[in-house]
Amino acid sequence: MPSFLQPLRRHRDLLLMLAWRDIRIKYKQSVMGFLWALLMPALIVSAGLVVKLGLASVSGRKLEMSQLATVTLKALPWAFFVGSIRFATTSLTANTSLVTKVAFPRAVFPLAATLSALFDFAVASVVVLIVLIVAKVGVSVQLLWVPLLLVLLAAQTVGLTLLLSAANLFFRDVKYIVEIVMMFAIFFTPVFYEASMFGRWGTILMLNPVAPILEGLMAAVVSHQAPDPMWTGYAAAWAVVLLTIGPLVFARLEPMFAESI
Amino acid sequence: MSEVMVEADHLWKKFKKGEIFNSLRDLVPALVRRRLSAAERAKAELEKREFWALRDISFQVKRGEAFGIIGHNGAGKSTLLKHLSGIMRPTRGTLSVRGRLSALIEVGAGFHPDLTGRENIYLYGTILGMTRDEIRRKFDAIVDFCGLAEFIDTPVKRYSSGMFARLGFSVSAHVDPDVLIIDEVLSVGDFLFQRKSLERMHQVLANGTTVLFVSHNLRAVTDLCSRAIMIDQGQLVAEGPSAEVARKYMERNAVGPGDQSEKEAYVAAVRIRDSRGRDLQFEAGRKVALEIDVTANKPCQKLAVVLECNDDEGYDIFNTSTERLGEAPFSLAAGETERVTFDLTLHLAPGTYHFTVYVYRYDIQKNFDTRSRAVTFYVTSPIDVRGAANLEPRVTGQEKLSPATMADTG
Repeated sequence: MPSFLQPLRRHRDLLLMLAWRDIRIKYKQSVMGFLWALLMPALIVSAGLVVKLGLASVSGRKLEMSQLATVTLKALPWAFFVGSIRFATTSLTANTSLVTKVAFPRAVFPLAATLSALFDFAVASVVVLIVLIVAKVGVSVQLLWVPLLLVLLAAQTVGLTLLLSAANLFFRDVKYIVEIVMMFAIFFTPVFYEASMFGRWGTILMLNPVAPILEGLMAAVVSHQAPDPMWTGYAAAWAVVLLTIGPLVFARLEPMFAESI
Repeated sequence: MSEVMVEADHLWKKFKKGEIFNSLRDLVPALVRRRLSAAERAKAELEKREFWALRDISFQVKRGEAFGIIGHNGAGKSTLLKHLSGIMRPTRGTLSVRGRLSALIEVGAGFHPDLTGRENIYLYGTILGMTRDEIRRKFDAIVDFCGLAEFIDTPVKRYSSGMFARLGFSVSAHVDPDVLIIDEVLSVGDFLFQRKSLERMHQVLANGTTVLFVSHNLRAVTDLCSRAIMIDQGQLVAEGPSAEVARKYMERNAVGPGDQSEKEAYVAAVRIRDSRGRDLQFEAGRKVALEIDVTANKPCQKLAVVLECNDDEGYDIFNTSTERLGEAPFSLAAGETERVTFDLTLHLAPGTYHFTVYVYRYDIQKNFDTRSRAVTFYVTSPIDVRGAANLEPRVTGQEKLSPATMADTG
């Protein structure tokens, strides 16, 4: 267990409470209630379908049900990733009064933001499951890869949110940069398309740490193949690096939070 | 039990003044400029002025002790508190706290307006370091304490500010830590709630909790704390029994005369004393004499002395003047001094009060000089009365009425 989790264990109730607060506020203020969790993935899926339709009409092939399943499957983890990053980046500055007045590990703020995005993920998963059943993708032993891939994604996300939330505390314009990067990142990530479509150039796209995870999910769930071991290893390496550097940097900067915010 | 619960050992804290870059948009160009020109680099060095917010602070607080920290706004109290609660780290020196520490720094800082009172109790409770089970156990006591049972499922954004503060304090008051830091939170709510809060604090103390109380309300500090320190400009300037430290604080607080050479007439000195000689602490109901020396630089006619008494919040609770008391105005030649003595009876509730003195000419409505807070003094009382005035109450009757006597009187 990474050492930064030690103090967090003692503050587990607080972490859960803050995540619950974020969830509660989000669902309370929205008329749509739980539909809220579906909105973002739904938008990504429909955008993905438009792209897929375009590709299908250019190549003269019919759009298959499995392609709908692929886009839906990839949209969800991507929505989780983007949602966590965007929400967590401002999590420290949004809680200024707590950061300057009450002492507890500040990592609970970005972590709670990630947890509440995870909740959205869980709600939307139900819909994805239905789509997968309707698309008749079937089951195989390869599904056992899914939890591992999701853990890798969560690890990358947590490491990154720790870095970004701390950065945004010191430099308030980090959140604008994050917004813009996140807006266009979907074009550099194989959500609407598969990296393999680009042939040799696909390798460059796979360097994006999230890409092997999304491609791995597709392989395991839709194609019933094992994810590429090398690329999965690459994503795992990123997860380890981010989950080491993130908490280290965060812990190093934490004592300065109260006077710099 | 003399176990040391809190110990500050030669605590120093440095803050940086000057330009702080809090956006990349400002930082990046500044770095580029700095790299390019030596002049910019020199300027940047100059801007990095540092100052010590805390200077060599050492103290110890033992188990079960109530410890006061007194000081002006900006003296370093809040900075010290943030070190005690672990929010800031000292530049030099060490600080150790034993056991669970809880700080009531700002009531309701963790509240969310859209959540109900019930939800906020759980949220704020965990923020203050309680577990959910613990809150579940104490929930009824918390609701009972704040007296908001019927509004407990209403979002707190519909609460009045008083209700908000009461809810916040109630949660804070039930944390049961080993060391409790209180910063000016006893002043929330109405009089009844304040009383309840103070009782709760005494109860907390009786349970063996160590309390650190930060305030500039001297009355609250001397009421609650046995020992206190005074901080001024980041330095520890006094330490001892709280009443003694409170007195030193008042002495320091008195505003000096400043430059008087430009004025035609000015208040040269103000002294307060009772029959036992000069003092700054009096029991309620004592007779005191207030001596005011007025000196003139130029010849002045028809002068009067106006006296005003304010409480610690600055409210004018009493004022009078030699003119209004029927005294004839006085005249002064250059360099001459007139001594005016007021006899006063301090029918005041316990607390800190200040006298402000004016030299005034009524017929042309001219104010020659104002000595704000010329004298600060402190009133104690053997009976528990609050407010500004002391009506010296005594309960002379308390009996059950039978219907017969009701008919008699009614």
